[in-house]
Amino acid sequence: MAKLKVDGKEIEVPDHFTLLQACEEAGAEVPRFCFHERLSVAGNCRMCLVEVKGGPPKPAASCAMGVRDLRPGPNGEPPEVFTTTPMVKKAREGVMEFLLINHPLDCPICDQGGECDLQDQAMAFGIDSSRYAENKRAVEDKYIGPLVKTIMNRCIHCTRCVRFTTEVAGITELGLIGRGEDAEITTYLEQAMTSELQGNVVDLCPVGALTSKPFAFTARPWELNKTESIDVMDAVGSAIRVDTRGREVMRILPRVNEEINEEWISDKTRFIWDGLKTQRLDRPYVRKDGRLQPASWADAFGAIKAAVAGKPGDRIGAIAGDLASVEEIYALRELMTALGSKNIDCRQDGSVLDPSLGRASYLFNPTIEGIEQADALLIVGANPRLEAAVLNARIRKRWRMDNFPIGVIGVEGELRYDYDYLGAGTDTLSALIDGSLSFAEKLKKAERPMIIVGQGALSRADGLAVLSAVANLAESVGAVTADWNGLAVLHTAAARVGGLDLGFVPGEGGKTAAEMLTGTDVLFLLGADEMDFSNKTAFTVYIGSHGDNAAHVADVILPGATYTEKSGTWVNTEGRVQLGNRAGFAPGDAREDWAILRALSDVLGKKLPFDSLVQLRAKLHAAHPHFAAIDEIAAGDIADLSALAKKGGTMANSGFASPIKDFYLTNPIARASAVMAECSALARNNFKAAAE
Amino acid sequence: MLKDQDRIFTNIYGTKDKSLKGAMARGHWDGTKQLLEKGRDWIINEVKASGLRGRGGAGFPTGLKWSFMPKESDGRPHYLVVNADESEPGTCKDRDILRHDPHTLIEGCVVASFAMGANAAYIYVRGEFIREREALQAAIDECYDAGLLGKNNKLGYDIDIYVHHGAGAYICGEETALLESLEGKKGQPRLKPPFPANMGLYGCPTTVNNVESIAVTPTILRRGASWFSSFGRPNNVGTKLFMMSGHVNRPCTVEEAMGISFKEMVEKHGGGIRGGWDNLLAVIPGGASCPVVKAEDMMNVTLDFDGLREVKSSFGTGGMIIMDRSTDIIKAIWRISAFFKHESCGQCTPCREGTGWMMRVMERMVKGNAQKREIDMLFDVTKQIEGHTICALGDAAAWPIQGLIRNFRPEIEARIDQYTANAMAHGAVLEAAE
Repeated sequence: MAKLKVDGKEIEVPDHFTLLQACEEAGAEVPRFCFHERLSVAGNCRMCLVEVKGGPPKPAASCAMGVRDLRPGPNGEPPEVFTTTPMVKKAREGVMEFLLINHPLDCPICDQGGECDLQDQAMAFGIDSSRYAENKRAVEDKYIGPLVKTIMNRCIHCTRCVRFTTEVAGITELGLIGRGEDAEITTYLEQAMTSELQGNVVDLCPVGALTSKPFAFTARPWELNKTESIDVMDAVGSAIRVDTRGREVMRILPRVNEEINEEWISDKTRFIWDGLKTQRLDRPYVRKDGRLQPASWADAFGAIKAAVAGKPGDRIGAIAGDLASVEEIYALRELMTALGSKNIDCRQDGSVLDPSLGRASYLFNPTIEGIEQADALLIVGANPRLEAAVLNARIRKRWRMDNFPIGVIGVEGELRYDYDYLGAGTDTLSALIDGSLSFAEKLKKAERPMIIVGQGALSRADGLAVLSAVANLAESVGAVTADWNGLAVLHTAAARVGGLDLGFVPGEGGKTAAEMLTGTDVLFLLGADEMDFSNKTAFTVYIGSHGDNAAHVADVILPGATYTEKSGTWVNTEGRVQLGNRAGFAPGDAREDWAILRALSDVLGKKLPFDSLVQLRAKLHAAHPHFAAIDEIAAGDIADLSALAKKGGTMANSGFASPIKDFYLTNPIARASAVMAECSALARNNFKAAAE
Repeated sequence: MLKDQDRIFTNIYGTKDKSLKGAMARGHWDGTKQLLEKGRDWIINEVKASGLRGRGGAGFPTGLKWSFMPKESDGRPHYLVVNADESEPGTCKDRDILRHDPHTLIEGCVVASFAMGANAAYIYVRGEFIREREALQAAIDECYDAGLLGKNNKLGYDIDIYVHHGAGAYICGEETALLESLEGKKGQPRLKPPFPANMGLYGCPTTVNNVESIAVTPTILRRGASWFSSFGRPNNVGTKLFMMSGHVNRPCTVEEAMGISFKEMVEKHGGGIRGGWDNLLAVIPGGASCPVVKAEDMMNVTLDFDGLREVKSSFGTGGMIIMDRSTDIIKAIWRISAFFKHESCGQCTPCREGTGWMMRVMERMVKGNAQKREIDMLFDVTKQIEGHTICALGDAAAWPIQGLIRNFRPEIEARIDQYTANAMAHGAVLEAAE
């Protein structure tokens, strides 16, 4: 701890604090542009200058100076820092004036207006007039991709974007070229950035130089209603804020959640919102004469009733999709139980994960924050960059800290950090287990080794054998101990862990998702779009929000709500229970999915015992108490993993492939989004689109 | 006047043999091994005792700088970096050392590296110095061939010297920007602390010294600290390479004792002011970044660190730009402003934005197309830059203008008056607003 005085107030702060942090600790406000807690210190905006007593007769950049660098007074009194003296005031006004001389006065047409650091700090720390009579600098706007719009006249060269992309996102594509007045931020030859996290530079930019291209000129921040919610684009469950105007979602921003996403979100999370408005199912449809015809709710329910009538339980099935909330999966499970069916499944991809193996067998046990404690990592059949971009940033963060050996079994791809490529598939895994690969030594030597196993390794016929082999490896390298569980199952679907927690898998003698397509007479799809329906024979009821794969082949469509239009519980890959909130209402006749199921149950004569979401949750929490503990993780039992390790099985000799074929098009909402389509096309062409 | 036998740079004009043999004949590389045998502490103490101050412009005591290096290595190697990125307008001493007397520098590198436990020395040569780099490299190759450098050399201390050729950016003469550039990055100054002595090149303890500071040390050690400190007045001792450019009859680089008067310097070495002393207008005494000094203030100045501080300027590198009355002093300072605007690295706000602003106001003042109140505004802007930047380039850009306004304000005002009086002649009122 270091003692110092800030504006006469004596405080004690940890040794590693910078002056800026110490000043904040003492309650003194220090303006800044280039400084950001999660990025390296640049010290180039010079806005955070403070006066240090006894130092050189000039102000010091508080963001770059540590409290350790301060010298005590001649008689050992604590060093003193001032933030309100005339010297500091003059320095701030001077720097602010310099920042503004070449900054255009286009606040009225700037998208950053209202949430602009420069605007706010010019009000608080600047002077009221300009003495600059020369022409302002003009800078050409750059093309850096379809997501980030640039108005480079506004750039104040804080280099936050450059530091973010190189440090967090792991791409060296954005940089500052030129020097002096002519310095400009750009990508090399104006190519699009390739990162899946590039949208974050919009938040980082303290001015309006980098803004959201899809959001351009659509709304002012002060007109928007802000709803805190949870993202469902991947299984990470990033904390988001949904900004709405009226019933329309205008944009999605990240919230800080240190345990999951820090303050980053992936581009799919951020720019998905235009998909919420297109391809929407806003009324029920019933297939008549081979065509889907608009119908009333009563007609649709009637058609279902007629289809279900007389069918035995084992000829009825239900598949839960990847975006469904726990509540609606629970309602669907209750309905299927009431109909006497054991044909339920939430694993569209054919994954072998099963609640009967214990909760530890399907969770990201070490937790996302725990990645920073790990000291060796093996990735099996996963590409975290595409399957969980934000989680991948955490791996990169750990990799940047110090020595962190990473091995990959599966497809060799760009992960944004260096790794040892061990091999493609099961034979490499076996070699690692029997110790013939040297990487096994690195895992053994590590105190807290971590093994990430992805759905690419588990959605195979021999998935269970692979999972068992991985558990075996985890045990043998000491990844599973009483105080460290390093076996991490990486999910790609937001609904998956919740579904597994609910036991939404085939009961005894029940059919799996793939078997249900042909083996049932009536099939309920709860937003399940990720399967190949071409051989489907069952009468299909699709409950969902978008006219996507499943809706095309459905016989009855019941229009549901998307994740921004309902309050729901989701469980992320760590097993963390999180609550998403409703930001707006579903369009037209669409309803919240649990309510649809409740109404349908009444028509089918199996009325579910709840009339409101509150009652539903009460029942849900009674049956599964861990869903009541919001933001908590009910940890799995490591004994389950030893049992799993003993299961064994024969692995087919083949390589693992990531389940994500196209990062930008993984769910119905994304496939309805024009922005995602553009990103996807760009990625497919290797980002070779020409600058306009 | 400095006696010939007291000159350290015996071949500064390139009239003699610059090869290793020639250098040895003039006394360089004499007993270097014995110097090293006296130990690190002795060398550092001797340099401290000699009162040698850094010759790059800031005048920081060299011995003290060396003593900041960790005594024992913590596992990281130590480095000596020699700053031969001499780009300050008006300064051309290192260039002559590199091309005519390179062995003084190489021997200095050996001694200095030994004193701070460095086994590698890097010499960062300015991008424009092509022939100079070749001469230096040739001299280094000679030393390798003669067994004076490299592993297991005759001196008994392993030392490698690498020459790195810059790309011609003024800012890379700033020590931390130089390190960045040497590491292969963009030449932008680093934040201090940490200082290079703790975290320098590749994160290892590093000392960055000017060419002249390093080149003089072997001779100081050979002839003794007291010999060196016998020249000049306390705190401003030794011999130094002075440069005179501009309106003297014989512009030159010359080694002289510190504390020589300006008058003597110009008379003895420069052949007098062009058109006589009455024709002297002003002097920029230590390279372009030093504030300009008026002729009358310059008459009795002693040329050393303190002497020039008394006239509110700075000794800098000792590169004097002498201007007679034919000079448009406002335009001259504008040109310097344009130089700093061009060379600003663009990293931190006050310098990036301020240098261009100052240059543009100066541009108008050259014509007189300005308001008189803008003179005070300009002065205020220089104060807003000075001391608020990461490196000293901001200060360097501010000082010449401050010097101009302090010394030549009537000149600027007269120019404005003249322009205003002839406003029609310039067509100012006829210019339509766009």
